Amino acid sequence: MATYSTNEFRSGLKLLLDGDPCVIIENEFVKPGKGQAFNRVKLRNLKTGRVLEKTFKSGESVEAADVMDKDLQYLYNDGEYWYFMDPDTFEQVQADANAMGEAVKWIKEQDLCNVTLWNGQPIAVEAPNFVVLEITDTDPGLKGDTSGGGGKPAILETGAVVRVPLFVQTGEKIKVDTRSGEYVSRVKD
Amino acid sequence: MSTLRERLSRRAALLEEVRAFFRQRGVLEVTTPVLGSAGGTDPAIEPFQTRYHGPGADDGLTLFLQTSPEFHMKRLLAAGSGDIYQVMPVFRQGELGPRHNPEFTLLEWYRLGFDHHRLMEEVGELVNHCLGEERDLEKRSYCSLFQERFGWDPLSVTPETLQATAAAHGLEVKGLEDRDQWLDLLMSMVVEPELGREKLTFVHDYPASQASLARLNPRDPRLACRFELYVDGVELANGFHELSDPVEQLARFEVDNLDRQRKGQQVLPVDRHFIAALEQGLPDCSGVALGLDRLLMLATGASSLSEVLSFPLAQA
Repeated sequence: MATYSTNEFRSGLKLLLDGDPCVIIENEFVKPGKGQAFNRVKLRNLKTGRVLEKTFKSGESVEAADVMDKDLQYLYNDGEYWYFMDPDTFEQVQADANAMGEAVKWIKEQDLCNVTLWNGQPIAVEAPNFVVLEITDTDPGLKGDTSGGGGKPAILETGAVVRVPLFVQTGEKIKVDTRSGEYVSRVKD
Repeated sequence: MSTLRERLSRRAALLEEVRAFFRQRGVLEVTTPVLGSAGGTDPAIEPFQTRYHGPGADDGLTLFLQTSPEFHMKRLLAAGSGDIYQVMPVFRQGELGPRHNPEFTLLEWYRLGFDHHRLMEEVGELVNHCLGEERDLEKRSYCSLFQERFGWDPLSVTPETLQATAAAHGLEVKGLEDRDQWLDLLMSMVVEPELGREKLTFVHDYPASQASLARLNPRDPRLACRFELYVDGVELANGFHELSDPVEQLARFEVDNLDRQRKGQQVLPVDRHFIAALEQGLPDCSGVALGLDRLLMLATGASSLSEVLSFPLAQA
């Protein structure tokens, strides 16, 4: 079992806390001049995304979490799991809806996604920052309207709904920022 | 962001202010060794060690980089130096963070005939002088502080209550063995950040178990004549009405070393020169050590020591 001493703590280090993999966001050394030293640590739970604070007695060891990030190619969804493949080794893994989170709204087959693997299993999937998707349905807008004001909802091929300018039409492809869920531009083939 | 020249000037100005303050009061500046044949035994302070080889020591001689100039300065006091102060780089193993650097600058001074309360007043004057402020001094006894904040007495609190109080503040910490470690936890994480807000807060009369080098309160030996100063939530200075009894001092060193042994730390040599000086007679005095880099941090509004050091550890 690999462990890390508090002296090895730094942001990005992955620890196993109460059975969940966590990543250190901030680590601060705190010590009274004539007393016990502590590490005050801010972490993100990689399964739930929640941020938590923990305090450790300096010098203690904490179990390491076998967590790594990999760029994997999204293959298909069988209704229950989303399948991804390592483009180098062709190994496949399956992610459940929990791990997929928001990414389900944005990804298409062949997309490369950053997948967080814990003991080899996906626990979090991140869609690419920008994706290009086709509009499958939106109200016909007024031709020639280029104003940014207002906009209208558009349904994309993945099922996601994005607000788009009035001039954007069904069948067109648009670029979306997946972090904000906002329309960026039209994309010509 | 200030320029390098401005930052260097601010430190130089602080040193001048400190020197002017003590010159006016007739306190003499001294210089004592950075390398000593021994150092403190406090289990919470780990010294750096090095070896000297050469004339007089063909087999080599272990030397300790001083974690504070305390023992050498007390030897000067015992030898008749009168009131003295010193600005000195000191070294502590294993300490690095926003308020820690393994090498830092201490301002330490001793006043003959002062008790710790009179010295607190002087520390307050110096800090106000250096910060260019007129903050009120606030004195709080360690026990009243915990009583008010948590509703229990730190001298008699049970381990269960300590643990429950910590948990109630989101602090579930493993591996803490004794009461003082739990008290340190609550002090550092909960109490300290609230201290010295718009004031200079002196916490005094620490539990005897945290006496360090302070004499015990003659009226209540459960307490030690020790104080700490907190400013803007930062621990800035630690002072004692100094212990002068060589027998008790030696016994405390031995307890420290037993504690070190129990915790798997290195047992450290006891400073025989220092004990000999106490046997010769340390005049009645109080002394204090103040973190000069932290004072500079407070004076300049910096949020970490690395902003006020010319080269913090990563660049040293």
